[in-house]
Amino acid sequence: MIRLVREIGAATVRFVEELGQLGVFAGAIVRSTVSPPVRVRLFVAELFKLGVLSLIIVCVCGLAVGMVLSLQGYNTLVRFGAEESLGAVVGLSLVRELGPVLTALLTTGRAGSATAAEIGTMVATEQLDGLRMMSVDPIDLVVTPKALAMIVVMPLLSALFIVSGLAGGYLVGVEMMGVDSGNYVSSLRASIDFYDDVAGSLLKALVFGMLTGLIATHRGYTCTPNSAGVSAATTSTVVVGSVSILISDYFITALWGV
Amino acid sequence: MRDLVVGLFVLAGMGAVAYLSFNVGGLSYGGPGGLTLYASFDQTGGLKTRAPVVISGVKVGQVVEVTLGDDYRARVAIDVDQGLELPIDTSASITTAGILGDRYIALQLGGEEEILREGEDISFTESAVILERLIGQLVHGTDVGSGGGPDAAATDPENSNADSGT
Repeated sequence: MIRLVREIGAATVRFVEELGQLGVFAGAIVRSTVSPPVRVRLFVAELFKLGVLSLIIVCVCGLAVGMVLSLQGYNTLVRFGAEESLGAVVGLSLVRELGPVLTALLTTGRAGSATAAEIGTMVATEQLDGLRMMSVDPIDLVVTPKALAMIVVMPLLSALFIVSGLAGGYLVGVEMMGVDSGNYVSSLRASIDFYDDVAGSLLKALVFGMLTGLIATHRGYTCTPNSAGVSAATTSTVVVGSVSILISDYFITALWGV
Repeated sequence: MRDLVVGLFVLAGMGAVAYLSFNVGGLSYGGPGGLTLYASFDQTGGLKTRAPVVISGVKVGQVVEVTLGDDYRARVAIDVDQGLELPIDTSASITTAGILGDRYIALQLGGEEEILREGEDISFTESAVILERLIGQLVHGTDVGSGGGPDAAATDPENSNADSGT
């Protein structure tokens, strides 16, 4: 009984400790962002790795999600004779919810895990220690460009996901199911507002980008320096990243109503 | 080469954000350039900002603002295309796309020579039809007759419950 309580206590202390470490780590990233030198080349290289290489998976998934939303929405709406609202259904669900969340989950799996594994391998092969010996701050050189690139990339990928989703929805709804094209587009435009929906969607993507970037780099940076440690860091990036994205999504929606 | 691809990616992303903001989200970049007209309604039935304004089913503008006017009627500001020459006896009615669809404003053109100018009121308006009220009137009309007041309508559900109970 006493042991159980002690276990709970230890777990709580571990959790708080980790949260504190994450906060200090985030502070170090912010500090190295605002202080020179500015690493533009490395940042662009990370944009390529995290953004361009995730582009195809994001667009293909967006298209598929838009198509299935349109198909499901049509089959439900046609029972009530409300298939004119198909554009609103597809557009609102994509912009407000599915676009940012699914993009963040995909990017965590595709780019977040790769980032954690890369930094973790550097830790395991003592490359970061080598940098420290040459008095180069590894957070400045390795971590910050990756974390910043993740923040920049996420809203862009999310917007591309939504646009391909809208295209997929239009394809199925209008070309396949025969909803009137004008009705589809006008219900889409009338239901989506910039301030209520699009701005919130971008805000969500930005927050998810921060979360994923922070968690992926932190997990890699603090991984146990051996091959098992690298694999554990990669796994926990995807698990912790996905869970925190979904939980924070609820809170953003509840607090700002987007 | 890689810089080029990254540049293309960033531009495509920006383009997608811009498309969502301006085209889908309806963010206006120059301010409303069209003709602003006003119309008062007794009942808007949940007409929303950015609802379409149509003539013969073709969209010509949108609702800019719905406020409560000085006479406690809903005052709706609409923004229509600049080039439209609407006669002053044009009428505006709030209708619904389908049974459960969104509200929009339909304009019926009149026959006068004079046309509506910027900021003028559309004087002939037809309010939204509320489905529940229509059903209520139907029940009320067959049950009590046309002379009943709001009190009769309020007690109506109880009467029908009592009927079905016995």
